[in-house]
Amino acid sequence: MNIVVCIKRVPMTQEVDLEIDADGRGVNREPLAYVINDWDNYAVEEAVLLKEELGGDVTAITIGGEEDEEILRRAMAMGADRSIRIDPGDRVMDSYVVSRVLAEVIKGIEYDLVLTGVQADDDNCGLVGIMLAEHLGLAHAAVVTGFTADGNQATIKIELEGGINEVSKIRLPSLLSIQTGINEPRYVSVIGIKKAKKKDLEVIELGDLPLSDEDLSPRTIIEEVYLPPETEGAQIIEGDPSKVADEIIRILTEKGVNV
Amino acid sequence: MSKMGDIFVIVEHRKGEIRSITFEMLYKAGEICKALNHKLTAVLLAGKGQPFASDISKWADTVLVFEDDRFMDFDSDTYKEVINRLILQQSPFITLIGHTSWGMDLAPALSVRAGYPVATDCVDIIVEGGRPKAIRQTYGGKAFSRVSFRESPGYLITVRPGAFIPPDGAADRQANVVMMDIPSDLGPAKRDFVEFVDTAAGEVDISQAEFLVSIGRGVGEKENIDAIKDLADKMGGTLSCSRPIVDMNWLPKYHQVGTSGKSVRPKIYLALGISGAFQHVAGISGAQTVIAVNKDKKAPIFRVADYGVVDDLFSIADALKEKIKG
Ligand SMILES: Cc1cc2nc3c(=O)[nH]c(=O)nc-3n(C[C@H](O)[C@H](O)[C@H](O)COP(=O)(O)OP(=O)(O)OC[C@H]3O[C@@H](n4cnc5c(N)ncnc54)[C@H](O)[C@@H]3O)c2cc1C
Repeated sequence: MNIVVCIKRVPMTQEVDLEIDADGRGVNREPLAYVINDWDNYAVEEAVLLKEELGGDVTAITIGGEEDEEILRRAMAMGADRSIRIDPGDRVMDSYVVSRVLAEVIKGIEYDLVLTGVQADDDNCGLVGIMLAEHLGLAHAAVVTGFTADGNQATIKIELEGGINEVSKIRLPSLLSIQTGINEPRYVSVIGIKKAKKKDLEVIELGDLPLSDEDLSPRTIIEEVYLPPETEGAQIIEGDPSKVADEIIRILTEKGVNV
Repeated sequence: MSKMGDIFVIVEHRKGEIRSITFEMLYKAGEICKALNHKLTAVLLAGKGQPFASDISKWADTVLVFEDDRFMDFDSDTYKEVINRLILQQSPFITLIGHTSWGMDLAPALSVRAGYPVATDCVDIIVEGGRPKAIRQTYGGKAFSRVSFRESPGYLITVRPGAFIPPDGAADRQANVVMMDIPSDLGPAKRDFVEFVDTAAGEVDISQAEFLVSIGRGVGEKENIDAIKDLADKMGGTLSCSRPIVDMNWLPKYHQVGTSGKSVRPKIYLALGISGAFQHVAGISGAQTVIAVNKDKKAPIFRVADYGVVDDLFSIADALKEKIKG
């Protein structure tokens, strides 16, 4: 089973005060630390598990600058055989353009399965995977939590709402957007990632791909990014832990919960 | 021309029932229609004899029904094919689809197929100068963005569940129900539905609990869970959690609160180290009082909680234990 897995490096924004960029259309990413998108980490693990079980190879792809190669090396340390970075230069891309560019590169690769994460932790769009499937003309499923290959088809589990899963059969080749929890991503050491440096990492310049201006023109425009108003929301309980605990117990009692 | 196109709502149903996201979309679409004089069309793909059309007839001006046993259960391939043709024929101004597992599989593909731009997981929709704009959240709810579209004959928007709750009396239309012809040249499905399985049932039913002590990724390590479990036991509460805790196999699935877990309605929901992503807070809308403890004063959970504590969850847990003991 040859597998292509599309991954993205995203900023960590827990416990950080986000700042809006000078142009008001994004957040200032400079002070932020980056990691592989959580959903994509599960997708890489799934690809590697399937390769270990069924043979074949795994190609990891990202669109990004040199600093994003870190997640490709990480994917290779986990077991991907090779990786591709598509350098966007200073092109502004939306999900449509990203999926169009990925499709152009993936067309040239032999694969049975394309995996992406369900969504990225930064823009939370959840578009690239299934758009990519459509560009490639593949069968697809979103929010996948299980995969068992069975000849030229596979039995998959699709997560629906309320703890309900759907079991379906899907033709291969297909594209699946992978949901967290499908497996337990393996641990990779910093040394492992460093070693992976030497492995096969190809860089493709956007300009070298046969894409037209129309292909590269975003369908959506972010007009403004803003932070939610500070005034709305919870009444903050101030004070040291002991005082806070007293107050929490008082609220519990008031609401009829006896502790 | 596109200006006066209808507003379409794609009806979502499962196991013989219309899902609430459908009514939420019909309500929002109805508001836009009233303000701008559009017509509201519900698009229903269903199995033979599934009596959904009557359920929604008061919510739309027209219900277009495609009835075929292939449409009984959602299949993105077939649905996409039928809806794409309909859209290209009728050029609806805006087409609303739920931001649900179903919609996440349908909308992106439909957007590429039809050539209509899409914005996902929208919490509000504004129409300005004949074009829609979408308000959506990014960074797990820490920031908002306003998104506009490149000019197109029509636009697709997926709607966040729970963003538009219809008030009583919102169903004030009378629909013309139109049975549509099924395209004769639909390709063979690339996906076959097998069955539904319930993964959330288990020893403890958190949906019945009066007091939930709920942990998120902020708990840090699996080993730390025992201390919180101990706290929950001492306080007479039930332990629940956010999704990552289940993903990492730290607790069984039946503890999970949220869209893909359980909806809960306790008197008190004490959220410890949970950021407040919409998929989580959608599960606690029935809670009477939410108290959130989080180190990050900008965590989105504080926007839905009644009370907030900006502190380390373990200091608060320890202090609570001290008090209970004493
Ligand atoms: C299709 C789909 C379905 C989903 N379904 C669900 C669902 O049903 N339920 C669900 O929960 N999620 C669900 N999610 C995932 C959801 O989007 C979030 O990723 C998830 O809810 C985040 O969990 P969290 O808040 O525990 O973790 P994080 O977002 O990582 O937040 C951890 C929080 O802990 C705080 N913290 C860290 N350390 C401490 C400390 N010592 N003391 C106090 N605070 C601390 C941090 O400031 C942060 O706010 C779903 C996602 C998708 C795409």
